[in-house]
Amino acid sequence: MSKTDRRRFLEKLALASGAVLLGACDRLDQSPAVQTLLKSADAPTDKALHALTPEDALAQEFTEADLSPVFKANGSVNPKTPEYLALLRNNFADYRLQVRGLVRTPLSLSLPELRALPSRTQITRHDCVEGWSCIGKWTGTPLGPLLDRAGPLPRARYVVFRCADSLDGDENRYYESIYLREAHHPQSILAYDLNGAALDVPHGAPLRLRVERKLGYKQAKYLLAIELVESLAGIGQGNGGYWEDDQGYQWHGGI
Amino acid sequence: MSAAATRLSYRHRLPVRVMHWINVVCLFALLMSGLSIFNAHPALYWGKFSTFDKPALSLTAKPGHDGKLRGETQIGALRFDSTGVLGASVKMSGEIGARGFPMWATLPGYKSLAAGRRWHFFFAWLFVINGVCYWLWSWRSKHLSGDLAPTGADWRGMGRSIIEHMKFKHPTGSEALRYNILQKLAYLAVIAVFGPGIVLMGLAMSPHMDSVLGWLVDLVGGRQSARTWHFIIAFAFVAFIAIHVFMVLVSGPFNQIRSMITGRYAYHDDPPADPVPVTATDKEEGA
Repeated sequence: MSKTDRRRFLEKLALASGAVLLGACDRLDQSPAVQTLLKSADAPTDKALHALTPEDALAQEFTEADLSPVFKANGSVNPKTPEYLALLRNNFADYRLQVRGLVRTPLSLSLPELRALPSRTQITRHDCVEGWSCIGKWTGTPLGPLLDRAGPLPRARYVVFRCADSLDGDENRYYESIYLREAHHPQSILAYDLNGAALDVPHGAPLRLRVERKLGYKQAKYLLAIELVESLAGIGQGNGGYWEDDQGYQWHGGI
Repeated sequence: MSAAATRLSYRHRLPVRVMHWINVVCLFALLMSGLSIFNAHPALYWGKFSTFDKPALSLTAKPGHDGKLRGETQIGALRFDSTGVLGASVKMSGEIGARGFPMWATLPGYKSLAAGRRWHFFFAWLFVINGVCYWLWSWRSKHLSGDLAPTGADWRGMGRSIIEHMKFKHPTGSEALRYNILQKLAYLAVIAVFGPGIVLMGLAMSPHMDSVLGWLVDLVGGRQSARTWHFIIAFAFVAFIAIHVFMVLVSGPFNQIRSMITGRYAYHDDPPADPVPVTATDKEEGA
């Protein structure tokens, strides 16, 4: 074998073994047993995040000087569902937020009613699961006290957020969920203002969730209803959120 | 020097060997799944938030003059064409498409942030547990104080060790049974700086953990800086692995790899000691 032949052979061998290795990795990735194994890390991560931080520890807050010049809008930015277009047509005058499920008194609140409730303003960092961050100033009404007005039943364990947007362009709607106890975190708010102005459509008008210790996909936009439930099993595919069902994102959304 | 007899010595204890190979699997899985995650937004920034129009590093794809997609790597003010590897490379479809790192470098090969994250967080747990076990064991078994801590003689011999490394001169006698000063410093950097550093920078990226690690985030200049440091340390690991594997290859790969699998390392007997009592002058001349 000449030197160039040998070199060519070695190159081919390296390429082939690389391809075999790569193929092996992707085959592993496709295996349901491997996926079950990998997903087994999610519950310990959720437990560790809550064990390592006090339940009411605040996410970092910033000053006006730290605001991002442009707050990137991601995911749904212009919903085209009939119910959203109908609300948008008269600038959300007919908008009502429903609070239902395992509550003593279901609520139906208009935007002026929501704005009349106690409010909190927080300058926080939005961390997208993709890796980027933006800092924005959010104003909204604290979620815990609002749910207390509806009176959660003792069985209620999770809060489910129903949204008006569809990422698939079909009947499927975006949804998200958190533990009921997380709704009482001081920075869990239903936001109607961003940087001192009413939310625009790309950022979730007229009302969105802010749960500041979680990644962007948990910050449900275009809220229509809040449901208290005992289990997430019957909702969507049972993983607690649109991206959790669609892609397998971690439900805790904390890292 | 007379022909020295070859002896087998038990150089690496079982826990070190087991934890070493667990770490090999973890580092590969973490690095490749990390690049999968990075590909979801192939840009790095310094500071608290993303300055989208001014990244510290970015891997982008743009159509070239011929209309074909070109990959461009930008690091600070530096820009260069990296088509085929960074910015634009072959996708699952077989065509060139926008991709931060190429398919062969990511786990999984296909583009999936969610799948990359699943691999990453599973192996992050294993890496941390393995690392903590290694630290505890190294401390309890005196691996840390006995084998890794540099001695006074080590520091004094630093210059000689650097020259020996540059000449690719590796000890084959009993000297090969202990770590040299450069090895000690490299391993200590990995276990005391790179390992804890990459884990802490990973935790600093967590919005949940930041409710108690805000001081750390501020210390490194913000969450985007923490992400950039996470990436830099990952490549420090890559540099370490490259040098580590290179040193194994040039210092007798069979013997080295065997010692990390079975623990046994072959070495030559040191030249027999002079039967005549050594005087001070002899010692000077012999040195």
